[in-house]
Amino acid sequence: MKTLEKPVQQHQKPTGKDGGSFIKSLVRNQIFIPIAALLILVIFNLVADPSFFAITLSQNSAGYPILSGNLINILDNASELVILAIGMTLVTSASGGQDISVGAAIALSGSVVLRVLCGTESRPETLQAPIIVAFLVCCLVAMIFGAFNGALVAYFKIQPMVATLILFTAGRSIAAWINNNELPIISEASFGYFGNFIPGIPVPTPIFIAVLCMIIIALVLRFTKLGLFTQSVGINSESSRLNGINPEFIKFITYVILGLCVAIAGFIKVSRFSTINYSVVAKDIEMDAILAVALGGNALSGGKFNMAASVLGAYVIQFLTTTLFKFNVISSALPAYKAVVVIILVVLSAPIVRDKIAAVRKKLSAPRTAVKEANR
Amino acid sequence: MKLIKNADGTSKKISDQNLLLTITIAVFLLMYICAVVFLGSGFLKPQTFFNILNENAALIILSCGMSLVMITGGIDISVGMLTALVCMSCAVNLDYNGGNVLTSILIALGIGAAFGLVQGYLIAYLEIQPFIVTLAGMFFAKGMTTIVNATQFNVANEEFQALKSTRITVPGMGSYNKLGNYVPAYVEIGVIVALIVVAALFAVLRWTKLGRGFYAIGGNSQSANMLGINVKRTKFLAYLLCGILAGIGGFVYFLHVGSGSPSHASGAEMNAIASSIIGGTMLSGGSGNIFGTFFGVLSLSTIKNIVSSLGLDDAWWTNITVAAMICLFLVVQSVVLSRKNKAKA
Repeated sequence: MKTLEKPVQQHQKPTGKDGGSFIKSLVRNQIFIPIAALLILVIFNLVADPSFFAITLSQNSAGYPILSGNLINILDNASELVILAIGMTLVTSASGGQDISVGAAIALSGSVVLRVLCGTESRPETLQAPIIVAFLVCCLVAMIFGAFNGALVAYFKIQPMVATLILFTAGRSIAAWINNNELPIISEASFGYFGNFIPGIPVPTPIFIAVLCMIIIALVLRFTKLGLFTQSVGINSESSRLNGINPEFIKFITYVILGLCVAIAGFIKVSRFSTINYSVVAKDIEMDAILAVALGGNALSGGKFNMAASVLGAYVIQFLTTTLFKFNVISSALPAYKAVVVIILVVLSAPIVRDKIAAVRKKLSAPRTAVKEANR
Repeated sequence: MKLIKNADGTSKKISDQNLLLTITIAVFLLMYICAVVFLGSGFLKPQTFFNILNENAALIILSCGMSLVMITGGIDISVGMLTALVCMSCAVNLDYNGGNVLTSILIALGIGAAFGLVQGYLIAYLEIQPFIVTLAGMFFAKGMTTIVNATQFNVANEEFQALKSTRITVPGMGSYNKLGNYVPAYVEIGVIVALIVVAALFAVLRWTKLGRGFYAIGGNSQSANMLGINVKRTKFLAYLLCGILAGIGGFVYFLHVGSGSPSHASGAEMNAIASSIIGGTMLSGGSGNIFGTFFGVLSLSTIKNIVSSLGLDDAWWTNITVAAMICLFLVVQSVVLSRKNKAKA
């Protein structure tokens, strides 16, 4: 990471010089986009209904204290998305494409968890295996499917989105097949801790899991060369090959990491409901994950990435979803609004549009600087 | 020397294309023979074949549009949800807004053209990745469908019902039922539309300047540019055509099912892509054949028929089979491509 920061600083120095102001360098910063979007949403909600931000401490049915409120809901429900966004950022950066099978893969990994925990019965009284075993098996399966995607992309050189189309089509069907098309329900209370509340702790557990994932990925990026290698492969895979990096392996490994993220997200998803509905669980989450990456200001065509911006982007999307729900938008109409946001973002970040905006800005500022010069 | 090499390369490419087309037709024949052998002689009746056509007329049209953009090296995954949107809009227009069939057709074409225009502009002139643009288009269409109307309903309009039940008899292909009565074989109007689309698109791709331009920009957009082809305009036209074809396909689908529903044609884009790939259209662009696509659709639906009549219930087995087929053909393509690259080097 140290080697990474240098070019960024060098890049920012000249902009700071001719801009001269702190605000301008802030605007140029990548993380500005999600922060601005978040601010717009916060102000919008403050104007529309300030009670949106109320947080109350109440008791759940078991008598334990829990925090509730829209903000807590957003943080809680965004957890899976944040975890996915971490993996998706790496995949986007390395392969210049996105994995559209994550939703189906969540259904698949959730199904594996249920299968291991329930054994052959569909409604077991006691768990047939320790939860940790179920989790590890689920990680393994999800990583194998990630590896399948990664192999198609890296070694068979198929466009990422088309390669992941295979699992997108088949994933939910395989999920149904794993459990013989039954819907097992787990009655064991301790399994629900991971998706809801641990008794006595008023904050939902998924928030902690998401934070843990963020810390882990921050440490990995800080102490390994993963980030550097991923970005170099994304920027120019041929020249990184000449520099001794194995671009195929880096692409492959990012898909495996995404598989791990999917496993964690799937585990949380199953734990929330203690059951699974193959055709509905995590529906359209691939769109949200891609949107989070785009909202973080990362180029969808690969190359440099900013993990913090992606994570923030994921929270902004959940904020948007919750806001839309608040205004009584039905859930099946949500995609239309999000699609508009995506199009606006993608158009604004297109290189051609950026160049044009820059040209217009120059034209506008040219007379002003001329006047300044004359005044001097 | 260079010229000869080029000539060599092009001739090889054509043979590759023919190879993929031959594989497709062979696969289809093999499937059909398998179906006849394992599932009895029902598949030998001409009407069984015509039923496959009737059910897949819309998919054939959608796949033609998909092949077109895939030949230019892009992809359009919005067509499935666009079909649902067209169905719902036409249904609402016919039953709630007192429209007639003609306005419905215009609405279908208009929606298709509007999507094609916007997506084509964003992809060709602003150079945004096709997948992202059409993914957004897909979600927009999906959301819009429920905004237009959230529930499924059957259309009662008489004019439309008359058009829907119009059947065109195919002479000499009928069969005798158990009572000995002659049952004529028939196809629906949609099939005629689909066949016209296939023939027209084949002619455009083979004999017009624009059609050759699609192949040229898919093969190598830089050299196409140097040859004087307007790459951006050609790309834009490909997406516009695909959108319009999706509109037509949507109306044909509507004509077949006669209802509007948000869950209509879900996964149609995947089937269209799968058909194109099975039909020998390369994902990397530059090669493909509309007849191949046509046979791709037939192969795909024959497999589905086999799977469903084997008693493997539910949609999930079909999905797994389709995915397995996409995977197989993708890998074959990838191998063909890498071999070709090696041969060039």
